[in-house]
Parts: sequence; C-alpha cells; structure tokens
Amino acid sequence: MVETQKMLSPSDNPTMYIHDHLAYWKVGHGFWSLNLDTILIGALLALLIVLVGRKAAKDTAEVPSGLRSFMEMIIEFVDEQVRNTFHGRSKIVAPLAFTVFVWVFLMNAMDLLPVDLLDFISNALGLHLHARIVPSNDLNTTFAMSISVFVLSLFYGIKAKGFSGFGKEFLYSPFGKYLMPFNILMKLVEEIAKPVSLAMRLFGNMYAGELIFFLIALLPFWVQPLLSTPWAIFHILIITIQAFIFMVLTIVYISMAYESH
Amino acid sequence: MNVNATIIGQMITFIILIWFVMKYVWTPITAAMEARSKKIADGLAAGERGQHQLELAAHRAEDVLRDAREKASEMIATAEKRGGQIVEQAKEQARVEADRLIVGAKAEIQQEISRARESLRLQVAGLVVAGAEQILRREVDAKVHAKLLSSIENEI
Repeated sequence: MVETQKMLSPSDNPTMYIHDHLAYWKVGHGFWSLNLDTILIGALLALLIVLVGRKAAKDTAEVPSGLRSFMEMIIEFVDEQVRNTFHGRSKIVAPLAFTVFVWVFLMNAMDLLPVDLLDFISNALGLHLHARIVPSNDLNTTFAMSISVFVLSLFYGIKAKGFSGFGKEFLYSPFGKYLMPFNILMKLVEEIAKPVSLAMRLFGNMYAGELIFFLIALLPFWVQPLLSTPWAIFHILIITIQAFIFMVLTIVYISMAYESH
Repeated sequence: MNVNATIIGQMITFIILIWFVMKYVWTPITAAMEARSKKIADGLAAGERGQHQLELAAHRAEDVLRDAREKASEMIATAEKRGGQIVEQAKEQARVEADRLIVGAKAEIQQEISRARESLRLQVAGLVVAGAEQILRREVDAKVHAKLLSSIENEI
C-alpha cells in the first residue's frame, strides 16, 4: 500500500477508505497467517470476562454487590434458556452458553466504537496499521466458535447414543435403511449446515453493520450524527440479538445431538 | 473468504475462556445462588414455623385464661355460697341464743314474780296481823296463835 493512502480522508477516495477499513492487521502468509487484531481484541475481551467474572465470583458477601447481582442476573438469564431447551445432564452446556453469550456480546459491542478510532490511534502512535476492531467481524472468530460448538455437539451425540447409535442415526435416518447413501448425504448436509449457518449469520450481521458505519463515515460530517446515531441505537439491538441467537442455537444444536430423533 | 490460522487462535481463546468461566465463574456463582435460595427458603420456613408456634401459644394462653376465669368464678360462687351458709348459721345461732335468753329471762321473771308474791304475802300477813292486833287492841301472842296465823298466811 502506498504511504500517502494511509492517511486517507474518507471523502478523498471512498473505495480506498472502505478497503483500508476492511483490512486485517495480518502477519504471515497464506493459511499460516494470523489476524492479530482479531486475536488481540478477542483475547482482551476474554480477559475482561475473566477478570470481571472472577471479581464477581469472589464477592461472597451476604448481601450481593452490584457487580455480583449483575453477573447473577446474566447467569440466571442464561440458565433459564439452557433449562428450557436442554434437558440432558451436563456441566458444560450452561457455562458454554454463558461464555458464548457474553463473549459474542462484547465482541459485537466493539462495533459501537467509532470506526476510525483504531486507525486514529495507530496513526497517532506512528504505526500506520490497518486493523479491524470487531473480532466477530472476522470469519475466523465465528467459525472458531461454531466449529467448537459443532465438535462438542458431536461429542455429546456420541456420548448420549454411543458409537453405534450415532452411526445408525447417520445411516438410517431420515429415509430408512434402504436409502442409505441418500441418508448419508442428507445427514452430512444437515450437520455441516449447522456450524456454517451459525458462523455466517453472526459474521454477516456484524459485517453489514460495520459496513454501514463506514458508509455513514463517508458522508459530510454534519449528516453523520443524523444517521449514525439511529443506526448505533438500532445496532445495540442487533448486537444483543445476535449474541442471544448464537447462544440459543448453541444450546439447541447440543440438545439436538443429545436427544434421538 | 479469509480463513487462516486465526481460527485456531480464536478456538484456543474460546476453549480457555469456557474452561475458566465454567471453573471459576459459573460453578461458584451458581452454587452460591443455590445456597442462598436454600437459605431464603429455610428462613421463610422458619418464619412460618414461628408464626405457627405463636398461634399455638396464643391458643394455649387463651385456654389457660379461660380455665382461670372459670376457676375464679367457681371460687367466687363457692365463697358466696359459703358466706350465705355462715350468715344462715349465725342467724340460727342468734335465734337459738335469743330463745335461750328469752327462756332465761322468762324464768327469772317468774322467779321474781313468785318472790315478790311471797314477800307481798308476808307483808300482807304482817299487815293482817297488825290490823287484827289493832282490831283486838291487844297483843296477840304470836306463839299462841302461830297456828292460826300460819293458816291465815297460807290462805292469803
């Protein structure tokens, strides 16, 4: 990238502006490259959850503090969702749902930071990097989560039904044993559709949301608040709903694997 | 599509985060919440039990009070009866005593009357003798006429 383009003003070259903002802070080549922005911000938000969660868990006073009550409120909310959907016995499903909800929510919430903030900071520090601040705006993050959930649901399916039960389900449903090849195909599509749709849904929503912020940033400064404020307010809803949907589908997929069809 | 090794990094972060949340956040907080709700339930149960016991105690107190009241009125009734009896007895005694006194008095009066009559008779006899003396103008020898005199005395 040419040096002059890095200090680009949005209105000078809209295509270049958006292109720059959609670039990752990437190191390495090919598959073995890392999006450092995604990794770092994801890890930072995970650390935030760890610290706040630990602080809340350590507060064992008789009368719960505000932080503790807040954490308990989220936990109760997640627990209710898990109880409503998942009827098996598992220690990991509820904490998994909680982690998914909180982490996705925080990563999505990065979308509400000003789009130029990261570039501004990196320029001010003289780094001139292009980085994306929303980790859930990266397919790597959404696929990392959805594949982990998928693997876990496979594990639970095998655990609940045994290898033979799991295999039978794969071979004999939905059309009975005489259409076995067709069953395998259908089942494969069905199973693979789960993690793919889960990852793509979150990524698509966040990508679109961020892109609209970029487009608003291209407009004259006096129009921007008129559009970005309502969009940000609406986006709070999207952020929460996407986190919620990801959590609920996580529970649903695992409970589907758990129960026989 | 931009999938690269980041996916592995994010998976590691995700798995560590799940593990941490499960071990250090979810489990202790849900355990504490369960303990708290159990404590609250216990407290409510204890409160209810206390309420129940209070009711029982109130009932018992009422019973004791009613018993006491009954006993007291019973005692008052007995005392009144006994008082009446005592008054009745006293009246009876008084009447007996009065009767006795009256009888005594009557006897005394009778005695007094007979004594008066005796003395009166003696005086009348004396007067008769004196009168006779006067009439006879002479001394009647008492010794001689003792028999006569005593017969007169007896006649009076």
